[in-house]
Amino acid sequence: MAKVGVIVFPGSNCDHDAYHALKYVMNVDVKFLWHKETDVSGLDIIIIPGGFSYGDYLRSGAIARFSPIMQELIEFVKKGGPVMGICNGFQILLEAGLIPGAMRHNEKLKFICKDVHIRVESTQSIYTSSLQKDQLLKIPISHGEGNYYIDNDGIKELQDNDQVLFRYVNAHGDATPEANINGSVDHIAGITNKQKNVLGMMPHPERAMEQLLGKEDGKQIFESILQALAIS
Amino acid sequence: MFKAKVSVTLRPSILDPKGKAAHHALENLGLTNIERVRIGKFIEIDVQATNEEEARSIVELACSKLLANEVMEDFHIMFEF
Repeated sequence: MAKVGVIVFPGSNCDHDAYHALKYVMNVDVKFLWHKETDVSGLDIIIIPGGFSYGDYLRSGAIARFSPIMQELIEFVKKGGPVMGICNGFQILLEAGLIPGAMRHNEKLKFICKDVHIRVESTQSIYTSSLQKDQLLKIPISHGEGNYYIDNDGIKELQDNDQVLFRYVNAHGDATPEANINGSVDHIAGITNKQKNVLGMMPHPERAMEQLLGKEDGKQIFESILQALAIS
Repeated sequence: MFKAKVSVTLRPSILDPKGKAAHHALENLGLTNIERVRIGKFIEIDVQATNEEEARSIVELACSKLLANEVMEDFHIMFEF
């Protein structure tokens, strides 16, 4: 059975949501990894959950990246191990340099917590391989610093390598300026590293897992991962 | 001991919404001669070193490794004597 690790930093607050989503909705084996642990062996995928690691001091994710487990995580990534960073997890991956770019404060400065539509831009990754290109997903965001930045050369590289997996769009699937909820460069909601084993995304799929709670589009991302890893 | 004062600011090409909001508030106060406001961080660092050059290289390392994110921020170091 699949074994998933969910890293817990001081200040993580979506760790239990991720645990619940995987254990009780996806029915896979999950364990928490305290940030001081240094053993990630036997895991099929590691999730860095959302929250406010180290109180977002200095910059979101800037301090978490120096936690002991991050060294092991980097080794895991180098060996091709899949890592999914959600929200604060995305910010930590950026600070660690595992994914290019940086996060600015939302363009309009407000913390935004609401359901948004994202469009699947590429199916060339384990995270999206069982989804359809241009498919829409309704998934909530919940962040104050999700305004993705990368310079012009960087965005071109992301596009050329097909690293953009999700963009913010409106309910009709159009990338209108209003749909770009936080001001991100090129509407970016989720991207991978060049090798495509590391995903960073601002929306919270683990909060959209059960129709009973209003929405379940996030489940499709986890289904794709488990199917691709053939471990479900 | 050397006392460093470090300022970290967003690169000029990066939009600074906090600076923009503060600028707008200052205009509302009637300070219409203000043309631009940028908000950054100010950090004081005490460092043990034998000379200023050594102190500077330590503080530079601190800035590039942690205190500033050079993807979008610049830092400036000054020493106080």
